[in-house]
Amino acid sequence: MPKEKFEDALNKLEKIVSKLEEGDIPLEESLKLFEEGIRLSRFCNQKLDEAEKKVEILLKGKNGILKPHPFEPSINSGQTPLAGEEEKEEE
Amino acid sequence: MQLPLRYILTVSELTQEIKDILEDKFTEVWVDGEISNLRIPPSGHIYFTLKDDFSQIRAVLFKMQARILRFLPEDGLHIICRGRVSLYEKRGDYQLILESIEPKGIGALQLALLQLKERLEKEGLFDPAQKKSIPMVPQKIGIVTSPTGAAIQDMLHILERRFENLHILLFPVRVQGEGASSEIAEAIKYFNKFTEVDVIIVGRGGGSLEDLWAFNEEVVARAIYHSKIPIISAIGHETDYTIADFVADLRAPTPSAAAELVVRDKREMKNILHYLGGRLENEMFQILQGYRTHLSHLVKIFKEPGKKIEEYFLRVDDLTNQLRLLTSWTLKRRGDKCLHLSESLLLRNPMQRVKTLRFFVLEAKKHLGQNIKYSIEIQRQRIGGLLGKLDSLSPLSILQRGYSITRKLPSLQILRDAAHVKEGDKVEVKLYQGTLFCGVEKTEKS
Repeated sequence: MPKEKFEDALNKLEKIVSKLEEGDIPLEESLKLFEEGIRLSRFCNQKLDEAEKKVEILLKGKNGILKPHPFEPSINSGQTPLAGEEEKEEE
Repeated sequence: MQLPLRYILTVSELTQEIKDILEDKFTEVWVDGEISNLRIPPSGHIYFTLKDDFSQIRAVLFKMQARILRFLPEDGLHIICRGRVSLYEKRGDYQLILESIEPKGIGALQLALLQLKERLEKEGLFDPAQKKSIPMVPQKIGIVTSPTGAAIQDMLHILERRFENLHILLFPVRVQGEGASSEIAEAIKYFNKFTEVDVIIVGRGGGSLEDLWAFNEEVVARAIYHSKIPIISAIGHETDYTIADFVADLRAPTPSAAAELVVRDKREMKNILHYLGGRLENEMFQILQGYRTHLSHLVKIFKEPGKKIEEYFLRVDDLTNQLRLLTSWTLKRRGDKCLHLSESLLLRNPMQRVKTLRFFVLEAKKHLGQNIKYSIEIQRQRIGGLLGKLDSLSPLSILQRGYSITRKLPSLQILRDAAHVKEGDKVEVKLYQGTLFCGVEKTEKS
């Protein structure tokens, strides 16, 4: 099931606004377009606020499986998971 | 060494002596020449002829040395080689046994790069039509780079500034050295297989061609090409172009630029949405206002039809009045003229004339009647008179008096002159009563 994409929604919204401004649409249709426009506007705003703020780094755990850990760029964590066998728990 | 006179050598002896001389003198030489007749049998040894404009020499690079070549030898390629001369007794020829070869004028790495680039381009890995578009608002971003270094720090700073709520996942890798390229390829594959990131940034800070070499390797190029997730390459400085840059869906000149490209400024996006929302509501409001006004207008009419009709009455009267005013002025002018004309007309009223004429006719009739009577009387008298005269002049009354009419036969010509007849002619004599038919006996002039 394809998810609605932000840029598609934004494009549709722009088109609806243009169409309403042009005029010459029967009342029922303009109400429908307005409703859809509001829905798209809400959807886009939602998409912008949706994402959770997280910065993570993938490190190999004891069992060898990669897991995300919180990441602070200032810390010199030198190890890459695919190089040597040792892992360090850095924070 | 001097040979004694008449000392006869075997072929082998001669060959051996030549071999000693050659191999002693040329234990290590550097030679500049062009490859031709290149041959690489399944053994992996590389055989070719090294030549210049006037001479040529056979050469071989054995498998052990050939293995570590960064580039592919080709016919026509100018190279600089290091090796020794060796004589092969069995065939009686000499050749260069090479330790290493380098392309002349261009580094081995650079040549290798060019050759790989050409090969991958032919395969279609750089095809612009196959590049995926970068999502406008990614929520999850994957980054493949070193966990230390300026690149990742810069990227995170910029991303935070532009869009505070992003989920960023870093897959740390070595970005140079042995094995770096396979780590980079693995990272890309991992993101594709185990995560749902919207876009991947692959990059590192600036460096030399050797430093960036991992991003020129085939395994990285193929991993980028096969990625279902769009990839932004962010390698080195503005002027550095690696093969990864050509395969990627989007190239950023630096890692910082990549962070700017991957996501729009959130405030900017919100402003656009706010603006569009405003226009949307405004337009709808206008449309509805229009309908409301029209509707209330209609409702007014519907509620008080009488009023409307009265209005129309007034309007009609008003218009009529206007019309009248407009026309009356015109009419006044015309009216005067008309009056004048109609008066003239009245004067010339044919009815009057008809009356007059009728009177005349009646009078005339009267007169005519009288006149006619009078005339008739006179005429009667005249006629009587005339009749009387006529009577007396009538041939019958003449005949009554005894006269007769004589006519010549057969012509019935009336005779007045005796000369008109001669003896023997027949004549007719008409009397008052009866007729005589006679013949002429004699004529006499009077």
